[in-house]
Amino acid sequence: MIVSVYHYMVLSAILFSLGTIGVLTRRNAIVVFMCIELMLNAVNLTFIALSSYLGNMDGQIFVFFIMTVAAAEAAVGLALMITFYRNRESIDVEDFSLLKL
Amino acid sequence: MYDNLWLIPFFPLLGFLINGLLGRKIKNEKVVGAIATLAVFASFVVSCMCFVRLLGDEVKTHENIIGSWISLGSLQVDWGFLLDPLSALMILNVTGLSTLIHLYSIGYMHGEDGYPRFFAYMNLFTFAMLMLVLGNNALVMFVGWEGVGLCSYLLIGYYYEKKSASDAGKKAFVVNRVGDFGFLLGLFLLFWSFGQNGVWTINFTEIAANAGALENGGIIVTLITLCFFLGATGKSAQIPLYTWLPDAMEGPTPVSALIHAATMVTAGVYMIARMNGLFAMSPDTMMVIAIVGAATAIFAATIGFAQNDIKRVLAYSTVSQLGFMFLAMGIGAFTAGIFHLLTHAFFKACLFLGSGSVIHGLHHAYHHAHLNHDPQDMRNMGGMRKKMPITFITFFLSTLAICGLPFFSAFFSKDEILWWAFASTRGHWLLWLVGTIAAGMTAFYMFRLVFMTFFGAQKTDPRAKDHIPESPFVMTFPLMVLAALATFGGLIGIPHVIGDLVGHIPNYLQQFLAPVFEHTQTFHGIEAHGAASAEFGTIGVSVGVGLVGIGLAWLFYCKYPEIPARFCARFTRLHRAVFNKWYVDELYDALIVNPTKRLGTGLWQIFDVCIVDGIVNGVARCIRGTGGLLRHTQTGFTHSYAMSMVVGVVVIIAICVFQ
Repeated sequence: MIVSVYHYMVLSAILFSLGTIGVLTRRNAIVVFMCIELMLNAVNLTFIALSSYLGNMDGQIFVFFIMTVAAAEAAVGLALMITFYRNRESIDVEDFSLLKL
Repeated sequence: MYDNLWLIPFFPLLGFLINGLLGRKIKNEKVVGAIATLAVFASFVVSCMCFVRLLGDEVKTHENIIGSWISLGSLQVDWGFLLDPLSALMILNVTGLSTLIHLYSIGYMHGEDGYPRFFAYMNLFTFAMLMLVLGNNALVMFVGWEGVGLCSYLLIGYYYEKKSASDAGKKAFVVNRVGDFGFLLGLFLLFWSFGQNGVWTINFTEIAANAGALENGGIIVTLITLCFFLGATGKSAQIPLYTWLPDAMEGPTPVSALIHAATMVTAGVYMIARMNGLFAMSPDTMMVIAIVGAATAIFAATIGFAQNDIKRVLAYSTVSQLGFMFLAMGIGAFTAGIFHLLTHAFFKACLFLGSGSVIHGLHHAYHHAHLNHDPQDMRNMGGMRKKMPITFITFFLSTLAICGLPFFSAFFSKDEILWWAFASTRGHWLLWLVGTIAAGMTAFYMFRLVFMTFFGAQKTDPRAKDHIPESPFVMTFPLMVLAALATFGGLIGIPHVIGDLVGHIPNYLQQFLAPVFEHTQTFHGIEAHGAASAEFGTIGVSVGVGLVGIGLAWLFYCKYPEIPARFCARFTRLHRAVFNKWYVDELYDALIVNPTKRLGTGLWQIFDVCIVDGIVNGVARCIRGTGGLLRHTQTGFTHSYAMSMVVGVVVIIAICVFQ
């Protein structure tokens, strides 16, 4: 079976949807965070597949950028979560509600 | 000299600034009083120099412009001063009397709270009055006009802790405002109607020169002059706006003497004299002025019959005498009106200061005896002539003057007015009759005052009566000067019939004022013509009426003191009506004051509270309601934000895809 760009697209769509559903449904902040990473990587997959398919390197360059930003984001996000945990002894997103009425 | 006219108002302004800003720092009363008095005296000296210079000068009109104020197209308004015989007399009058009264105040106000404040206001008043008198255009005059009104308010309310004093100040201010509104309307109308003829000016000399552009006797000029006359009735306390003046007696007595007798209240008369060319063009307005003047003269005199407060009697007498001046203006006897203005200033200032001296002495005595009686009530006086001989003599001379006894000052001025009323081309024998009766009534109530105050048995409380001192020299000196002026001041304007009789003594005042009034009088054919015997007749009648008044007062208040009480018992209602000033104040309250208050309350409760506040609060309530609705979207749950993002993205993509 030949793996075509079509398969890559479907795979990344499935991964993106899984990520989205995870973000919307999971309560553990770390899991939510991982789901966001999953969404980012689904997008990365799209970029690379299309780059290879079209023979254009722009997509691959974008992927590097996204990975860099995702790494920085992971560092900041984890730091936030640690601080939050210290204050609240929880990393449940339901508890991220200080701005609520 | 004429280039230094600005110095005349400048000195009192300087005095005001020094005492107003530094007065509280200067602990010494004498220094404060000296600064104020010297400031006014300095401008008196300058005024005298200007006057002497003007006497010997061929050109009688001089302007001194110190700067431009409003420059708008072809309208040019300057800070300019005008010296002509009329304003020269007025500045002499204002600064001279002001100096004397400042001097008197040093003694009278001794030990009062707010001593520097008093002198600062007095200087400010003198400044404003000089601006009014010297201004070369109607706007500068209006600055002075408003300024004297303000100072009058401040000084009436000098004892502001006292409710009646602050009420009286407010009343004076509000009533004057009605008049000022007339003045302004007249000014606008004059400006506009001149503008219709291509002349844009409010300068007095130009108004006089261009008055011919308006239709002689036309509706426009009548309206303009009536509006100006409304202004004059406010400032000069004529019917219908006279009610504030008697209440103004709440101020310290020197204030009553300076502002509410000698100077400010004559501003209306001066204003009419200043624009005599314009007023003479409207016989209808002149007639209104004459009738209002005569009516005020007799009406105020009736009220003077039944008042017991010494200052109130004098206040009504002032209103009545101002009525005489307006009568003179209305019949075209401008010189006589100004003459009466001057002599009235002398004797009325003397009378007020004399009454102040009596009040001062009684106040001192009551204070000494720890009594709380009213020192202004004439029923508590009597026999004061032995206690205060100088005050008595000066007061008595001034009373003889106001009654118009022969060769005292008002004899000449009042009789000239009455003669003109009788014989002028714009006069009428009815005006003469009313004036003569009012003159007789004046003699009656003035001698009633003198007999109640200075003659008869001493009715002062026995505990206090041995402690009444004569006033200090600083107070009696102005009294003596003023009494001398009240006695001999009339000699500047001896009528021709008497002058010819004695030897060829000319009427100096008439000659001096001729450049101001003669043109108007010849142009409009205003003159008093009649036989010398007729003039002697009117003089004889008015002197006779005066003597009858004095005689009746002597009968009622000296010979048979029980008559007034019997009279009051007999005509209770009449007496009560006169005592309550014919209920005019109550009438105004019912007709004007209370409806206005109700209108104000209505506007406040309906328009302001419901509509204005309603709009403001409604906008706020609207915004709060919207916010209250919208804030429900901010749940604070991360999931719901994420959800809304997802939904948004889906919607945007859907739009892009299915477009």
